[in-house]
Amino acid sequence: MIIPMALLVITLTWALVRIAPGNFYTQEKKLPPAVEENIKKKYGLDKPWYQQYGIMMWNVVRGDFGSSLKYEGQTVNEIIWRHFPYSATIGILAYVLALLIGLTAGVIASLKQNSIFDYGSTSLAMLGLSVPNFVLGPLLVLVFSFWLYWLPPARWSLAGLVLPVVTLAAIYAAYIARLTRAGMLEVMRSDYIRTARAKGLDEKTVLLRHGLRGGIIPVVSFTGPALAALLAGTVVVEKVFAIPGLGNIFIQSVLNRDEPLVLGIVAFLSILIMVFNLLVDISYGFLDPRIRYE
Amino acid sequence: MAQEIVKGKSLWKDAWQRLLKNKLAVFGLVVIVVMTLAVIVGPWIIEKLTGYTYDLIPKDNSLVRSVPPTLKHPMGTDDAGRDILARVLQGGRISLMVGIISTLVSLVIGVSYGAIAGYVGGAVDNLMMRIVDILYSIPYILIVIVLLSVFGGPNTPEWIQKLSAAFGGENNQGLNQIFLLFFALGCVSWLTMARVVRGQILSLKNQEFVMAARATGVSVFGIIFKHLVPNALGPVIVYATLTVPSVMLTEAFLSFLGIGVQPPFASWGSLAADGIKNIQIYPWQMIFPGVTMALTLFSLNFLGDGLRDALDPQTRKF
Repeated sequence: MIIPMALLVITLTWALVRIAPGNFYTQEKKLPPAVEENIKKKYGLDKPWYQQYGIMMWNVVRGDFGSSLKYEGQTVNEIIWRHFPYSATIGILAYVLALLIGLTAGVIASLKQNSIFDYGSTSLAMLGLSVPNFVLGPLLVLVFSFWLYWLPPARWSLAGLVLPVVTLAAIYAAYIARLTRAGMLEVMRSDYIRTARAKGLDEKTVLLRHGLRGGIIPVVSFTGPALAALLAGTVVVEKVFAIPGLGNIFIQSVLNRDEPLVLGIVAFLSILIMVFNLLVDISYGFLDPRIRYE
Repeated sequence: MAQEIVKGKSLWKDAWQRLLKNKLAVFGLVVIVVMTLAVIVGPWIIEKLTGYTYDLIPKDNSLVRSVPPTLKHPMGTDDAGRDILARVLQGGRISLMVGIISTLVSLVIGVSYGAIAGYVGGAVDNLMMRIVDILYSIPYILIVIVLLSVFGGPNTPEWIQKLSAAFGGENNQGLNQIFLLFFALGCVSWLTMARVVRGQILSLKNQEFVMAARATGVSVFGIIFKHLVPNALGPVIVYATLTVPSVMLTEAFLSFLGIGVQPPFASWGSLAADGIKNIQIYPWQMIFPGVTMALTLFSLNFLGDGLRDALDPQTRKF
């Protein structure tokens, strides 16, 4: 299922890039017709569109996205693999941090429903969802780099990673806290938890072994798309903290009409999303024994 | 035997009373109302009181610089000496309009699409929902950029030009672009709405009232839009309230990248983006628009959550 879906996504993306007026070689001045014709010939743009589509698809199926039109002499695969590690590093760190904060806050809030902890963490989560990260990031830089001199504003080092990771994690931590709280509230009222208590299990086992396993299912469903989005790079954080990640490259490639690079990154992302969703589907079975697959 | 007349409460009245009990939602509602009034009349009041407008550059050259907040300029001024408060209020008009218009567009597309898929069912439903799945995995930013460049400049559809002319003068290229942005954002935010509505319609379409409507010869169009959609309104309203902050955030993000609102127009997103460049020296340029925007989104999210609890007490989760 993944392969045909990815091919469809690539087809649509190709069509979108083609529909948009403008091209990669015209900047401000119009080129002389002879030069334009040569460029078209060189990149195969003089052929009818179905032939171009066929050639593009044949190359994509073989995993060859060709060379970037803007960054000459670099293949799309090279560019993706050079920038992906940066995005992946901050993405994974941010998601781990978000899980730690979000799960803890969510579980505490659900256990002490309508207490001060609950209202505090719920409001904090809402705040996390509402502060745009291009506001949060610069604010953190302002306070921790320019006023307190604790952390560097933009450097690829352990200390330099703190601010971007925190900025990125905030919104995900907020989401996870809300999902965990909602999930836990529902599960802790269910019959199997009552049974577990009736068996005489202590509260800790009930909570951690039985409650949490069912309660975090919504978090797991959220993890697939969230992790894929994080690994793909988040443009704002990359821009604010000057990180050479994939997100910025993608935006640039779209603005430059760098067709091979756009197609390569979209294909990479959509496969990433689909693989994560598949992993999530598989993990449901381990978390909730009631879910079975034929 | 005295018979007491029990007056039934309508669903909406009941929901309204539940909403009023939720302090955070009421807080959100109040902030939204105040903010809306402020951006509508605020720029006018400031102009009457002090003479500052969002694009007034002081004549005195020594004032063409960024001044920190003072009594005269509660939010300071920007690099060109323009009053930031006036700019934030003016920008709020565009930001709130993005929220409302783009959500309406996404509402029209999402509700029709989801309702048709859910009611017709079968292979059509399957195909329509697969299309939604595929659109989900194409980065929305690509679609927005393509829409903006295909319909930008002289290619702007006439009805968008008319709409923007009604709002602020004929042939205003910048304003046309902004209205185009509203529609482009609406065109990429309807996917979840379509799923929500489809789910609702699926659970409603086999009920007796639909059968009765069909038996009395109501057309398919009538059944979908007069009988089914009104009954699915609760979740639609809730989800629409949550779409408003999310499209506002998307607009801000696009403006941050320089693809959204263009000068001389400004939105909260573009103001904050401009401020970020000077954050080290003139932090007020970014803090005020940023915090205003965060406060508005915060209130909208609380209101949306409160509405969900009020309209759907069964699935009350928070």
